[in-house]
Amino acid sequence: MLRKSWWKILCVILLTYTIVAGFLGAVPAKPILNETIRNLYFHVGMWFAMMVLFTVSGIYSVLYLRTGKPVHDIYALEYAKGGILFGCLGLVTGSIWARYTWGAFWSNDPKQLGAAIALLIYFAYLVLRNSMTDMDKRARIGAVYNIFAYAMLFPTIFIIPRMVDSLHPGGMGNPAMDTKDIDPRMELVFWPGAVPGWALLGVWITTLRIRVELLAEKKLSHA
Amino acid sequence: MGLVLRAQDSTDGRPVQMADRLRADGKIYVVVAVLLTIFIGILAYVIRLDRKISRLEKK
Repeated sequence: MLRKSWWKILCVILLTYTIVAGFLGAVPAKPILNETIRNLYFHVGMWFAMMVLFTVSGIYSVLYLRTGKPVHDIYALEYAKGGILFGCLGLVTGSIWARYTWGAFWSNDPKQLGAAIALLIYFAYLVLRNSMTDMDKRARIGAVYNIFAYAMLFPTIFIIPRMVDSLHPGGMGNPAMDTKDIDPRMELVFWPGAVPGWALLGVWITTLRIRVELLAEKKLSHA
Repeated sequence: MGLVLRAQDSTDGRPVQMADRLRADGKIYVVVAVLLTIFIGILAYVIRLDRKISRLEKK
C-alpha cells in the first residue's frame, strides 16, 4: 500500500484542483474577510489533515499495545510527527490570517490557545520518548501517552473554544462549519478537493518517512 | 422578520470589496501560476524521494 501510486496521483489531482479552483472559483463576498475567505481551502485543510494523521497515529499506538510489534510503534511515531507538522502549519497560517482580519497575529483567542496547547501536548510526546533509552519502554509508555494526547485534542480544540466567546468561527456554541460560514460553491472545492488532498499529502510524506525508518531498521538487524 | 443580510452586503450597506480588479487585469492567473509552480516544485521533490526510497528497498 505504501508503494502504490494511485492514491498519490489522486493527491496531486485533488491539490491541483484545490489550488486552481481555490483562486478562480466563486466565493461569497464577506466583510472583513474579503478574498481571504479562500484561506479555508488551505488553513482549515491543514487541520483536517492533522486530525487524519493523529487518528491513524492513535490507532497504531493501540495496535502496538496489543501486539508489541515495533513496526506499529514506528507507524504511530511517524504519523504523530506528520500530525504535528500539519498542526503547526495550521497554527501559523491561522496567525497570518488573523493578522489581517482580527488585527494581530495572536490574540490569546480560545481557539488559538486550545490549538497551541494541543500541539504542546504532542511535542511532550516526542520529549517523553527521547527521555527513555530502553526501546520497549519508550514504545510502550509512548503509546499510552499518545492515546492520551489524542484524547486531549477534543476538549482543547473542539469543545472549550466553542463554549466561550471567540473570534474564531464556531465560538459561543455555534457549529464551525454551518451555512453561515461556508457556502455550497466553496463546499464543492473544500470537501472533495482540499480535505482529501491535504490529508493524502500528509499520509504520503509520513509513509515516506516510515519506509526510511523500516529500511534503517532492516540495515541494523542485518549488520 | 427583520434584516436579511445577503452575501454581497456589508454592515454599512456598501458592497464588499473583492479582488475584482485582479481578475479584470488577468493578474489572478499569476497568483494561480505562482502557487502551481511552488506546488509542482514540492511535488517533484516528494516524487524524487519516493523513487529513491523504492530503489533502496528493492536492493
